[in-house]
Amino acid sequence: MTIWNPTRECMPRDDLRALQLERLRATLERVYQRVPLYRRRFQEAGVPPSSIGSLEDVRRLPFLTKQDMRDHFPYGLFAVPMRDVVRVHASSGTTGRPTAVGYTRNDLELWAEAMARLVVAAGVTAEDVAHVAFGYGLFTGAFGLHYALERVGATVLPVSGGNTRRQVEIMQYFGSTALVCTPSYALHIAEVMEEMGVPRESLRLRLGLFGAEPWSEGMRREIEARLGIFATDNYGLSELIGPGISGECRERCGLHINEDLFLPEIVDPETLEPLPEGCLGELVLTSLGKEAFPVVRYRTRDITRLTYEPCACGRTTARMERVTGRTDDMLIVRGVNVFPSQIESVLLEIEGTEPHYQIVLTRDGSLDDMEVQVEVSERVFADEARKLYALREHIAHRLSTVLGISVRVKLVEPRAIQRSEGKAKRVIDNRPKV
Amino acid sequence: MKTKQISVFIENRVGRLASVARVLKEEGIDIRAISMADAPDFGIFRIVVEDTERARAALKRNGFVTEVNHVIAVEVEDRPGGLSDVLEVFAEHGLNVEYMYAFLTERSGRAIIFFRFEDTDRAVEVLQAAGVPLVWGERLWGSVR
Repeated sequence: MTIWNPTRECMPRDDLRALQLERLRATLERVYQRVPLYRRRFQEAGVPPSSIGSLEDVRRLPFLTKQDMRDHFPYGLFAVPMRDVVRVHASSGTTGRPTAVGYTRNDLELWAEAMARLVVAAGVTAEDVAHVAFGYGLFTGAFGLHYALERVGATVLPVSGGNTRRQVEIMQYFGSTALVCTPSYALHIAEVMEEMGVPRESLRLRLGLFGAEPWSEGMRREIEARLGIFATDNYGLSELIGPGISGECRERCGLHINEDLFLPEIVDPETLEPLPEGCLGELVLTSLGKEAFPVVRYRTRDITRLTYEPCACGRTTARMERVTGRTDDMLIVRGVNVFPSQIESVLLEIEGTEPHYQIVLTRDGSLDDMEVQVEVSERVFADEARKLYALREHIAHRLSTVLGISVRVKLVEPRAIQRSEGKAKRVIDNRPKV
Repeated sequence: MKTKQISVFIENRVGRLASVARVLKEEGIDIRAISMADAPDFGIFRIVVEDTERARAALKRNGFVTEVNHVIAVEVEDRPGGLSDVLEVFAEHGLNVEYMYAFLTERSGRAIIFFRFEDTDRAVEVLQAAGVPLVWGERLWGSVR
């Protein structure tokens, strides 16, 4: 069992905590000096960086939310001049307002290092041919895995997403051994292989590194059986760095957090008070080495629990349970984050449409299907069907552009959309539960 | 010379058409002519009634989205070639038909066909000048009753 960076991953916990504290203080000093929002918030809370003397003191610091990132989009929370920023990634947001994250050259190094540990923990070696089926672009998924896989010496195939038959052909031609994508896309690939009459024995696939959406043990078993692979989960979020926060080792009993780089806390999502080890709550993360976009106490909205018990693999880092839910209304559709408010803002900007909508999520085979039902008002209703078609296509196009995934639009009668207690039920999620 | 029709947006869902019919029944409205255009996930239900405003108000009260616009009712001889003769006139004068629906009336030996044109007013002018028999108002109701 190989460990990429035993010094960091198997550090005695006391040493690790000392390193975390040292890096925390450097991070706090950095944001206090360079990012006005943090400075103001720390001052308001009466916690200058100098007052943080232990790791537990981090609890006294104010939280950072996704809204803060939107409010300071695109560069307002950057802690270095733009000339030092060598890469920018972004996550989806409301119309025209995603959240942007910058990286210095050192940050890209840190990211590749963090993710390299996780791909090695998942079993990747320099012998592997890694097939990256995440979309290359502003989203962090593909690039995050790409550089880490190169770093560990694997042969990287930057295939990107879509065109599943071609994905299968590429696996055949190039002898892909490790598949990198969302778990639902892995299942979809398995289905297409069956349609194409490609037996799994004809491929060299042996590993699956999956992330970007929640999945169950049942789904893991199914993917493993159908593709003949060993599948692991990895976790990250673009607001922090992208993939690279945590990942499973071969023991698969929780995701090892790169704790020297990210300080995890679990808080009660209602009271925001810290919760003891083992309690289910919201994950809060602080970056411990990033330069361009340091993040202090970011509320991830992801629900999980932590354990600090040593793992059989030899790593001493904290492990988080697979994320089981969210504390906000964010949906994950085909690995992409979607907020209902994004749909509302698109409808509001289209002349005549009412912000009365409902999102219906289903799973068609293994892929998520998203239908947005939009109420037709007298303002947009026309006697001619082609005008209604045009309206439907226009809405679908705008939604797809803003959300970054394809969306079907269905026009419905007013009040066809359920109203519950005066408040519309916006999301009907008929996908199988994780 | 023109006749009002009501178009109703109908979701493609079991029972929606029945609901429209129920509203009209409860309001005591007699449907004179009827047509249903369907698309994969919605339909447009079109009706001609005598009291357009009352029918529309009842539908709106019941939550239906409606539009009132005009069609032209043309009297066509109920014999082979009757429709063809009228359509030839449209073609000669460059009148584009959006859609149409027909009613046969037993008494007159004539059919009433409702046409929806892109430009209703121009269509009325052209058809009158060409001597195509148009029907509206009391005569229409007399024929379709």
